[in-house]
Parts: sequence; structure tokens; C-alpha cells
Amino acid sequence: MIATAKMRLVVIGNGMAGIRTIEELLKMSSDTFDITVFGSEPQPNYNRILLSPVLSGEMSFKDTILNDWSWYEQNHITLHTGKTVTKIDRLRCVVETEDGIVVPYDRLLIATGSNPIMLPVPGINLPGVVGYRSIADVENMLGMAGEGIRAVVIGGGLLGLEAANGLSLRGMDVSVVHLCEWPMERQLDKVGGGLLQGALEKRGLKFYLSRQTEAILGETSVTGLRFKDGEEIPADLIVMSAGIRPNIALAKSAGIHCERGIVVSDTMQTYDPKIYSVGECVQHRGQTYGLVAPLFEQAKVAANHLARYGAMRYEGSSVSTKLKVTGIDLFSAGDFNPGKGDEELLLQDSARGVYKKLVLRDNKLRGAVMYGDTVDGPWYFQMMRDGTDITEMREHILFGQAHLGDSGHGGTSSVANMPDTAEICGCNGVCKGTIVNAIVEKKLFTLGEVRAHTKASASCGSCTGLVEAILANTLGGDYSAKPSKQAICGCTDASHQDVSQAIRKDGLKTIPDVMQALQWKTPDGCHVCRPALNYYLLAAWPGEYADDSRSRFINERVHANIQKDGTYSVIPRIWGGVTSPAELRAIAEIAERYEVPTVHITGGQRIGLYGITKENLPKMWGELVEAGFVSGHAYGKSLRTVKTCVGSEWCRFGTQDSTGLGIKVEQMTWGSWTPHKFKIAVSGCPRNCAEATIKDFGVVCVDSGYEIHVGGNGGIKVRVTDFLCKVATEAEVLEYCGAFMQLYREEAHYLDRTAPWIERVGLAHIKQHIVADAAGRSALYARFLESQRYSQDDPWKERAEGKEAHEYATLATIE
Amino acid sequence: MNWIQVGTLEDIPRQGSRVIKTDDGEIALFRSVDDQVFALNNRCPHKGGPLAQGIVHGKRVTCPLHSWVIDLESGNAIAPDTGCAHRHEVRIAHSALFLEMKAGACKKA
Repeated sequence: MIATAKMRLVVIGNGMAGIRTIEELLKMSSDTFDITVFGSEPQPNYNRILLSPVLSGEMSFKDTILNDWSWYEQNHITLHTGKTVTKIDRLRCVVETEDGIVVPYDRLLIATGSNPIMLPVPGINLPGVVGYRSIADVENMLGMAGEGIRAVVIGGGLLGLEAANGLSLRGMDVSVVHLCEWPMERQLDKVGGGLLQGALEKRGLKFYLSRQTEAILGETSVTGLRFKDGEEIPADLIVMSAGIRPNIALAKSAGIHCERGIVVSDTMQTYDPKIYSVGECVQHRGQTYGLVAPLFEQAKVAANHLARYGAMRYEGSSVSTKLKVTGIDLFSAGDFNPGKGDEELLLQDSARGVYKKLVLRDNKLRGAVMYGDTVDGPWYFQMMRDGTDITEMREHILFGQAHLGDSGHGGTSSVANMPDTAEICGCNGVCKGTIVNAIVEKKLFTLGEVRAHTKASASCGSCTGLVEAILANTLGGDYSAKPSKQAICGCTDASHQDVSQAIRKDGLKTIPDVMQALQWKTPDGCHVCRPALNYYLLAAWPGEYADDSRSRFINERVHANIQKDGTYSVIPRIWGGVTSPAELRAIAEIAERYEVPTVHITGGQRIGLYGITKENLPKMWGELVEAGFVSGHAYGKSLRTVKTCVGSEWCRFGTQDSTGLGIKVEQMTWGSWTPHKFKIAVSGCPRNCAEATIKDFGVVCVDSGYEIHVGGNGGIKVRVTDFLCKVATEAEVLEYCGAFMQLYREEAHYLDRTAPWIERVGLAHIKQHIVADAAGRSALYARFLESQRYSQDDPWKERAEGKEAHEYATLATIE
Repeated sequence: MNWIQVGTLEDIPRQGSRVIKTDDGEIALFRSVDDQVFALNNRCPHKGGPLAQGIVHGKRVTCPLHSWVIDLESGNAIAPDTGCAHRHEVRIAHSALFLEMKAGACKKA
């Protein structure tokens, strides 16, 4: 019998990128490799991005350890710390350390990171000159810290300012020397840089801008430095923070192709097929990266190929930046220096200390700089990556997404100055301090992780921007934003778009087919992906796809809304909000017969019966059906209600028969499944009593016809509709309504309301398909009507007649 | 041992569940996609949600009230949440389902 030997993986570099790759690899296959790790630092893997809080005294080194010694042991990883690999012998496939350890490899991962750039000036080797890269550097600086000590930081970039702030908090007298006219010129424009400089000066930092260092002065240790213009300033400590350079010496000496960094392909492979590389030492498509988000994306790809899945590519990252200085809110992303043909949108409020600049090209966001109020940073960043056409929101985009009466967190938009006791998540009662502690103690990097551990923003999601801002403030420049392509859930790498496209293009007809074709990692998905797949299949193959009730959330599975005590609500459809004494009497009698504890008038002009036990549902539905009712779908991601006012039939202001039109619209659209709930209203005149301008599809009647409005929302984020167009006849309203719903059904991601969908694709896109393209509109409308042929069998009637009886019956009773 | 026959495998839809009523509250029986059967108290350790109404995936169920995920084999909530919906032993013999009435202890997470 032949024992299959494990392959040997050697990792050079015990930092964040290398170890993250191992973690990703172990998740996929824990027994492919015998793993050996070399690290030149004596510590286990720590969170380098938290060095600044350690320097400033806001954290201890212990808080920054990501993988302690026992982690290596538990995963059977051989760890050599304090050992520097000095040779890679690619012929014999071995690596060697300076003190003679030789380890053979089948696969090698180079993750040697970067080194601080030490300026080539006289005196650079004097004691008292330190880089800012490792915990040893920090300890070095702290060793010198004390009241009155004069520190000079060379380099006014992100890292330099964090170091300066930290040293200042330690009681030193700190100056920052910078080559450019303003600090952080790679992340900020002149105005933003000026605001930042002012804020830091108030904290006691001194700035020497547009200055070039000529020499570091001192005989036995540092005493000062001299600029090119001859001026000299005194210094006891000099911190070099003039940038980083990929650490490629080892790779280069082994003859691996390097330019500025180690050149890798989209699979993170170097020119030697046995050797991969990730992290700051890498050059990918001409780019090098110094932030953690791209490194983690690279780690995922490298692990995928090391595990021989061969399924992922790294296509580069766009990055955003936050400064990790307590009390300063700053955000930048993309290319914020307008080029030829670019436009700038500016907002400057000196009194509030707020500055925002957006750079546009072809009506799309290219870059953003924000100072003082950064809560919308992630929103701008997302639109930048989605390439959203922002034409229609141009006039209010600078005011952000969160300005319009968001419920649940008191309209706050700056997190940096909030006290730890400030409540961030109103649904789950989570305070800022709790979130910050969890990020530090549990070592969280992403929004998803913060949600899982603290529940903040995990319910209604309205505080997502604030939670992201706290994450960014805590982790600073290395905050890991959402990857550009978001997987539906942990079961898959496929995005919503990937799934809906594959279903149509490859003719996938069942949930197991989709999971197989797109390589699901779990046998039968989870509560997040299965309902999404079921919806996409239903929308793609009307009449053909058999709805999978096991992949429906309980409410849609049993056609009633589950309540906190496990009972259900029953809400019959009341067409256009118009009822009759006979209907009311029927509801009243049924409510009495079943001793319904609460009868409530809903926001959608209907009557809700609450506290119904599951066993009673089919019987009660049978009686309602008998009285002429059908399901109101108040429980579904589906057409909910069509709200109306009484219109020209009664109202002295009414211009059209809004009630009659509402009923026609509801009769056409009821029963349709949509990506999320869908609400319609028809108002009889511009007084708009039916509140049509906060509905997904709203009609406002005017004397000459009908205004059509889309994408409104009255919930967490109040969003007023966008005006789509005006039409002349009821028949056109019906056609535009069906076409719009169908476009939404075909294009939106599952669980997107119309509002975020329209904000993502842009109103121009909707107008193109629904208004400009008449043939396209009529085809969409035809597809909607075709799909409706299969969705207007009343689910209550079917269940009253015995369908899915097992859902409502107890299996056994044991006395 | 107190084993009680409560039905057959066919009574529970695949990836579904059914409820048994007892004097001590409800017990939820779950059938996974590969036809294994599990039994837990029908109460989520979070806020008492009826687990039998949740979506069954792998050897897990997601509570319908606030989406806690519970491991069907142990009854424990999946980390970082903590708590336990006590499990009961189930045996399948020629597709007949037998349930042990004594609730099992919770495994240490």
C-alpha cells in the first residue's frame, strides 16, 4: 500500500497576507499540505494596522495579535520566528535561512511585505532614526518617549501622521516634515489637506511643508536635521515615514521576475509556477498595494489555487482610505484630481468643518474626498465601483444618502466624536463602545463580521453607514471594504448577477442544477441563498419551474405572517382599498368565531386579523374565500397593496377615477412574486392623498392624464419617487406598470427594493427601457402578463381545499 | 428507555420539519436533505422562536424570528451566538420514527 504523502508548502513571511492565505487554505482543504512558516520578526502574526493605537497608548500589543502560538500548533504548522530566509534554491526546491535551516517545498508562498524607504541622506544610520513598520520600531520609539522629547516625522502621509499623532499623545513635541504643499496629498486635495493640517495643528503638531531634508545632524546620535534651504531644526528622534517599498530582495536574488514588486498573474502565481506571492511585495497588473483589503482578496485567490480548486482570479482592487486618528473624520477614494473633461461637485461649510468633493466623468463617480462628515463614504465608493449613472441624483448627491430622515439613529452623521455610550443600532440597542471593543477584541475586519458578533446593523440595516464608519475609524487606512463582487452568501463565490445570468443563459431549471453549475460549497445551501435561487428560477421560468416550498421563508411557505409568539396574521385583499358592508360583516363574523384577539386597520388600507394559530389558518381562509376574499399577500416578497384615494367619483378636486384605476392595477398585478415587497398607490390629484410618491410605483392623476413615479420608499430610508413620465390613458398606466414591474423582476437582486435598485442602475437606465424603447416596453409587459397567468391562483383557496396540509397539522400529540 | 413511535419518515418533507405536542411543550422533528432525522425542543434559545418553521439546510435550521442558526446534531446555536435548544434522540426503523422523550444535555460549545 502506498501512503499518499502530503505536499509541502513553505511560507516566507509571518505577516497578515501570508497567514491570511493559510487561513483561507485551511478552510478549503485542511490536509493538502504540510505547512512551514518563516518570519523574521520574533512575534506570532499580529495586526500591523493597529500599530498606531499601540504607539498612541490606546491599545496594548497583546490586543493586536491575530494568531497566537497555539493557533500554529492546533493547525500543525511548523513556525520559525526570528528566522530570515536568505536563499531560495529553485532547482532543488528548497529554502535556506541565514543560520542554516533548510526546508524543501512543493509550493512556495512569498509574503515578505515591504520595507520603509530610508532617505539616502547623511546621518540616516545614526541612533535615533527609526522606520515605522513593525512592533520593534514602535518599541524603539516608545523607549525614547517622554515629556519634552523632540520628535520629527519625515513624511506627511497616512502612516506618518498616525505616527506623529501617537508620539504627540505620548507627550513628545512633534513636527512633521513633508515634501508637498499639504499632508496626505495622495488621499486629499489641497482644501481637504488644509483642513486636516489645521485640525492637527490644534492638537499641537507642527508642520514643515514643501521642505526637503538634506541631512540628519548629530555625532553619536540624532540632534536635528537640515533642510535643502539651509534651515535647521532640533530633534531627538526621527521617524522615517516617507513611503514603503516592496521587499523583493530575496525573490530577485532567486531570479524570480520582479519589477517594482514581484510580478504575479491573476492567480497570484509568479513566473515560477511553483511559487506564489501575496501582499505588499507583489506587483499585479502594474499596481502595488499597501492596504489590507486588497491583500485579503489576494489571499483568497492564492489559497484557492494552492488548494487546486483553480476557480478564482484576482482582478485588482479599488481602495478607499480613512485616517486612524481619533476625532478626525476623513475619507477618500478613487481619482479625486479632476482631469480633462471631468466635473467637480463641491460642498464646503467651514463653520461645521465639513468638506466634500466628488469628481465625475460621463455622469459617473470617479473619486471622492470627504472631511468632517464621512458617513456616506461607503455609499460613494459603492457607486464608484458599480459605475452608477448619477445624472438623476446630481442635485442632492453631495448631501449624501443618509440625510433624508432615516429612522432609528437620530440622523447622526459623524462617528469620530461620538461618545462610547452613543447608541448606533436602534433595533438591537448596540452602542459605539460595544462595536469598537468587538472590532479590537474579536479581531474583526468586515461589516459582516461586526454584524455577526454585535448584531449592529443586522436587522433593518439603516445604521450600516455608521457601523462601516466606526469600522473604518477603528481600523483606519486599512479598513476592509466590501469586495467589488459580493457573493450571495458563504455557500458560494457567485454573486446575485452571476446566478440570474447563469440561470437564463445555461437554461438551469432547478436549485440543485444551479448549485452544481456554480459550484456551491454546501450540499443544499442555506437560508440566505435558497430563497434567492428559488426566486430567480421562478422569475426566469414562469409556468415551468415548480416552486420549492422548502426554500421559502416561513411567511411565504404558509401564506401568513409569523408573529413573535408563533401565531400568524391573516390579511385578506381589499381591492384598491374599497370594501362593502357585506365584506365587513363577513370579516367581523369570522373574527368573532375565531376569537381573534386583535383586529387592526393596516397602513395599506386593509384589515389585519392577528393571533391566529397555524392549525386554524386553512379553515379561516376557507370561510374568507367563501365570502369572496383572496389572499392579500401581506406576507410576501410580492405585490402588496394598491392604495387609492376616492378620486373624481367623490372628491371635488379629483381629476381622474383613481379608485377604479387602482382596482384595475391591483387586479393585473396581484399574486406576482418580486425581488422584495412591492407597493403601489394611485392618487386622484396632485394633493396626493394616497401618498403615491413614496411607493415603488406611484400614479398621480392630473387633469391631462397620469404622472408615473417610481422607486419610492416610506420605510427605513424615506425616499421620494423619481418622476418617470406622463401618459394619457389608463391602458398606458397598466402597460407601464407591468413593464416596470417586469424589469424589476428580471434585473434587481433578490431582496433589493426598487429604491436601492434604481440608485444602483440609475434612473436613466429605467427610462431607456420603459419610456424610450416602446418595443422593449411592450415585450416586458407581455412577459409580465404571461408570468401572471401562473400566479393568480389564490393560495388560500388551494390550502383551504387541502394543499400542503402537512404544513398546518401537528404530527402527533404525546400525553 | 422510553421510545415512542411518532410517525414515519415520509411524514416529514425532505428539508422540512413537523411538530410533536407533549405536556412539556413542543418538539420539532427535522429531516435533512440526506434523510437524517433530528429532534429539538421547538424553541429557539434566543427568543423562543418556533424552530420547526425555519429553513432546514445541511444539518442546520435557521430560526424564523431573528435568523439564529441552530445545529441540528447538538442543538447548539452556531457561533458567535450561544445557547442550546435541547435535543432528543430519534431512531428510524423501517422508516418508522421513534422518539426518546428525555431531553439530552447540551454539548459544551
